[in-house]
Amino acid sequence: MAQKPRDERGPDECLSLKTSEGCPRKNADAVQDRDASANPSSPIIAVFKVFQQELDTKHDKYERLVKISRDVTIESKRTIFLLHRVTSVPNAEDILNEADVKLDAVRQKIGLIAEELRGEDIYQFHRAFTAGIQEYVEAVSFLHYIRHRSLISLEEINARLVFMRTEKVDPKGSDEALPLGAQVLTFHVTPSDYLLGVADLTGELMRMCISSVGNGDIDTPFQLSQFLRQIHDGFSYIGNTGPYEVSKKLHTLRQSLGKVEDACYALRVRGSEIPKHMLADVFSSRTTLLDPEEGVV
Amino acid sequence: MSVTEMFSYIQGFLSADQDVREDIRKVVQILEQNAREILTVLQSVHQPSGFKEIPSKCARARELFCTVRTQLADLKTKFPVEQYYRFHEHWRFVLQRLAFLSAFVVYLESETLVTREEVAQILGIEVVREKGFHLDVEDYLAGVLIMASELSRLAVNSVTAGDYSRPLRISNFINELDSGFRLLNLKNDPLRKRYDGLKYDVKKIEEVVYDLSIRGLAKEPESGVDKLELGRISG
Repeated sequence: MAQKPRDERGPDECLSLKTSEGCPRKNADAVQDRDASANPSSPIIAVFKVFQQELDTKHDKYERLVKISRDVTIESKRTIFLLHRVTSVPNAEDILNEADVKLDAVRQKIGLIAEELRGEDIYQFHRAFTAGIQEYVEAVSFLHYIRHRSLISLEEINARLVFMRTEKVDPKGSDEALPLGAQVLTFHVTPSDYLLGVADLTGELMRMCISSVGNGDIDTPFQLSQFLRQIHDGFSYIGNTGPYEVSKKLHTLRQSLGKVEDACYALRVRGSEIPKHMLADVFSSRTTLLDPEEGVV
Repeated sequence: MSVTEMFSYIQGFLSADQDVREDIRKVVQILEQNAREILTVLQSVHQPSGFKEIPSKCARARELFCTVRTQLADLKTKFPVEQYYRFHEHWRFVLQRLAFLSAFVVYLESETLVTREEVAQILGIEVVREKGFHLDVEDYLAGVLIMASELSRLAVNSVTAGDYSRPLRISNFINELDSGFRLLNLKNDPLRKRYDGLKYDVKKIEEVVYDLSIRGLAKEPESGVDKLELGRISG
């Protein structure tokens, strides 16, 4: 906008002041046009342009993180669906290996999150990616349980979220000597996100329990029941000192535990009387909330 | 690590976190009390008698800001410096209030917009996050918007107190502020909601100015304004 410095008014006002001697006497902070482009030399406008840039930069970063987080969520959820199939196929190892590959891809995405957060206060952007991270924790702890029948620790999760960044942006890094400019980037899952991810894990374990019974596996439910009870006790111990979402999930956790315990009860009391392929029906009244694809009504 | 051990560790972490927050809350409570005291001093400028005493009230407010500086210095020590945003919610409200009060004092003194740097200086904190406990730009902006509301009230009360030129100056100032805010691309967050209130402040002040100018009460210290007002009315 090429405006003469003396004349700060828009076209309308100038019409009434064509012959006015008033123009040159105008102060810089006299009446301004309401239009934002009216006076680019105003100090207030100048400083707000700086604010605009700052806010835009921050919002852009936040959005990038939201997008990555969505990808993390989707891939983690797919991994979980994949893992549920271990109970119904003969060769579980294939599925577990495929899950490994999928989760490696998710980890790469988390590496991108770590890059965006480099030099930032991670809590400023935490809400952007917390959902994705919780989903990842759920997936990776599910895989870990299926393999090792134990709960993956926060340390173990974070140990796998270490990324090498070199000039060529090679995320995997290499075993040779690091080239100049190599950097180690880490992502730390917070105890709170870990807790929330584990709370969601219990829902998947409950599903796995019910579907394994439907497949004639009568050992898994008892193991799961034991495991879930430990987790439930852990959450009870934490009570409401955790983030408030934990209290909400605790309710669902109790329901899951209840379903699993009922399943064990039914197996113990009536298991021997019922043909294996019909065991699933025994739990039908309590399993109305399950996904149809689990194969249990 | 067994399940029990894992939860035990997490419980330790959460418990420590709660302790930190408790410490922070205590200091914030004191800060809020200080802010209320400063507000009480400055509120009195709305009274007819208050207008003459503006310089002394500003001086008094600045004295009270010393205490605020001490409190903020104490607050900084309650948590690790790199975790500002982890606990930010605890002091966000009071920091916005303090930004407003700083902006109001500076306006009363010089009728200019306080800069972020000046607010930070008054409060004894940083502007840039990397340097330490800082004033987030959105908290600064929220403070400025709170001041805009205060100024619309001041415009009304100036007239009641017989000061007919102040509203015009406030009007110029607020309009410029509005132009500035229009440059921002705000998200649908609390700042955006607060900004939405600015147009009502602008309108209220415009009405005051209009009331004055059609009655010929507005004597304009700067040139040509009443002509412009007329131009606006007829155009």
